[in-house]
Amino acid sequence: MSKSRRARNRIAQTTAFWLFRFATYAILAAATYIFLDIGIKGSRTLFNTQGPFINVPFFTQGPQTLFVFEYEGKKYTLSDREFRAWKAQHPVEVEATSVAYSAGGVWPCIVGTGLLVVGSMIFALAVGICSAIYLNEYSQNTRSIRLIRIAILNLAGVPSIVFGLFGFGLFVIFFHWNVSLLAGWFTLGLMILPAIITGSEESLRAVPNGLREGSLALGATKWQTIRKNVLPYAIPGILTSSILGIGRVAGETAPIMFTAAYALRDEMPWQVQHWTDFVFQGVMALPYHIYVVSSKIPQNEYTERMQYGAACILLLLVFAIALASIVLRERTRRRLSW
Amino acid sequence: MVVMEKEEIPHPAPPLKLQKPPEPEPRQPDMISVEDVDFSYSAHQVLYDVNLEIPSRAVTAFIGPSGCGKTTLLRCFNRMNDLIDGARITSGSIELDGYNINAPDVDVVDLRRRVGMVFQKSNPVPRSIYENVAYGLRVLGATKKSAINEAVEKSLRAAALWDEVKDRLDSSAYGLSGGQQQRLCIARALAVEPEVVLMDEPCSALDPIATAKVEELIYQLRENFTIVIVTHNMQQAGRCSNYTAFFYLGRLIEFGSTSKIFSNPSERKTEDYITGRFG
Repeated sequence: MSKSRRARNRIAQTTAFWLFRFATYAILAAATYIFLDIGIKGSRTLFNTQGPFINVPFFTQGPQTLFVFEYEGKKYTLSDREFRAWKAQHPVEVEATSVAYSAGGVWPCIVGTGLLVVGSMIFALAVGICSAIYLNEYSQNTRSIRLIRIAILNLAGVPSIVFGLFGFGLFVIFFHWNVSLLAGWFTLGLMILPAIITGSEESLRAVPNGLREGSLALGATKWQTIRKNVLPYAIPGILTSSILGIGRVAGETAPIMFTAAYALRDEMPWQVQHWTDFVFQGVMALPYHIYVVSSKIPQNEYTERMQYGAACILLLLVFAIALASIVLRERTRRRLSW
Repeated sequence: MVVMEKEEIPHPAPPLKLQKPPEPEPRQPDMISVEDVDFSYSAHQVLYDVNLEIPSRAVTAFIGPSGCGKTTLLRCFNRMNDLIDGARITSGSIELDGYNINAPDVDVVDLRRRVGMVFQKSNPVPRSIYENVAYGLRVLGATKKSAINEAVEKSLRAAALWDEVKDRLDSSAYGLSGGQQQRLCIARALAVEPEVVLMDEPCSALDPIATAKVEELIYQLRENFTIVIVTHNMQQAGRCSNYTAFFYLGRLIEFGSTSKIFSNPSERKTEDYITGRFG
């Protein structure tokens, strides 16, 4: 090999190496910036410099309107409730600026998002695992099965706002469920179903065929084989793939804005007249709350405080749920590893 | 073309170094009979007009070069080929103890309990040694602890594994050596008390010492079970089988007592194969 060619090779080698390295670190930088920005600005809302150090009202109250005014040279920022109490004590006229949703907290939103995640994940996992078992263990490679697979792939590519409109048309209007948890569960569940099916099928496929054949050869039925020799080893993988689904369900705004989310609701979800009303009530949800607060004009330091606080909570919530499923996965994996 | 050798011909001298030349035994009644079987994977035919009578309580070995259809035929006996898309017997019939195993009213689950199988790659489940053997009993509905304990011990003893594992029945089956795992799979197959045990190259992944143990086990098991073994290793067929069937390109070339096939084959192809001229 000539000297110049060797030098050229070395340059190409170095360039490729740095290109790949740069791309990888660029992702890291972007992720760090996003997390730090939301984390720092959000923690200003979540935590206090004195007292219990945690902004208790932010975690326990619903959103309220914030009133800002000056009185006797002092600046006041009071929530709706506090402002009314203050006015009762001070019978004077003050010029107060009101900023919607910027006082109080996000407790109903946390509860609502939690309910939406749990309900839609139960629905999606139940249907998704069943159809993955059917597709991977029972079905033969016929034309209709290929068609179903194409349909699942296409479903994965449908924009979330289209799911929102579909849920609005079918569940909210046609089924007369109105804006309700039930409509939100099915809409969100259908949205992540393709991801759950694909992930579950992959986990099922990863179980060695020898385990199936060994069990069948002993005179076990197909269902016994799947229940005892296939599913237990596929469950950790299924849980891993569902973590992504949890993140999407908790964070999507479009599918719930017409089907399940209220901009403001004073009652908590458990304050229903009859227990059957529970699934037919709309709830507040974190991503929709962030959207509502952010689309309020004018923006100022008070609205920003609420936006970043809610965003930070949403991140923490998704992180906590993901962590829980990772712990669950590790436990099952340790019990049944090969 | 197929030579059915009903009576035993004592062989003059073994052509291969047999550790333990099987003594001629009176032929037992037939357990499996294969009649004019053609078999295809979708459009690709792999078995042509196979006729074979497998005697009970004896070891029958299938030999032949790769791709000759011996494993396919073996997997027909417990209908394991049902699991493969497009695989089917296109003509002919297979009878187990006088019953057509492909008849529509045959319960395939019941058939597989009667016809056990040991695979090329040992496939214990990632659970304890005890649970591996008890699994077959449990799927059959056994719930009595004492009965399961008894059956597990009996099967492990039958598979010559009991003394090696009796103190660690609750530890994972994956902690066993390759040979032990394969014997565990044999024990698991024996636990449900099948009549026939099919073995698909059971020693192909084992070292010579483990192979010797498994071969000895196979030879002993013939007293209680009908055993059909597929092997690539001709010495192995010579050492542990009573009857040998030689397959070539999807046809049964010759079937007879092992001593006859190895010492005095009637077909030229058989002789060429066992003397290593091809294959």
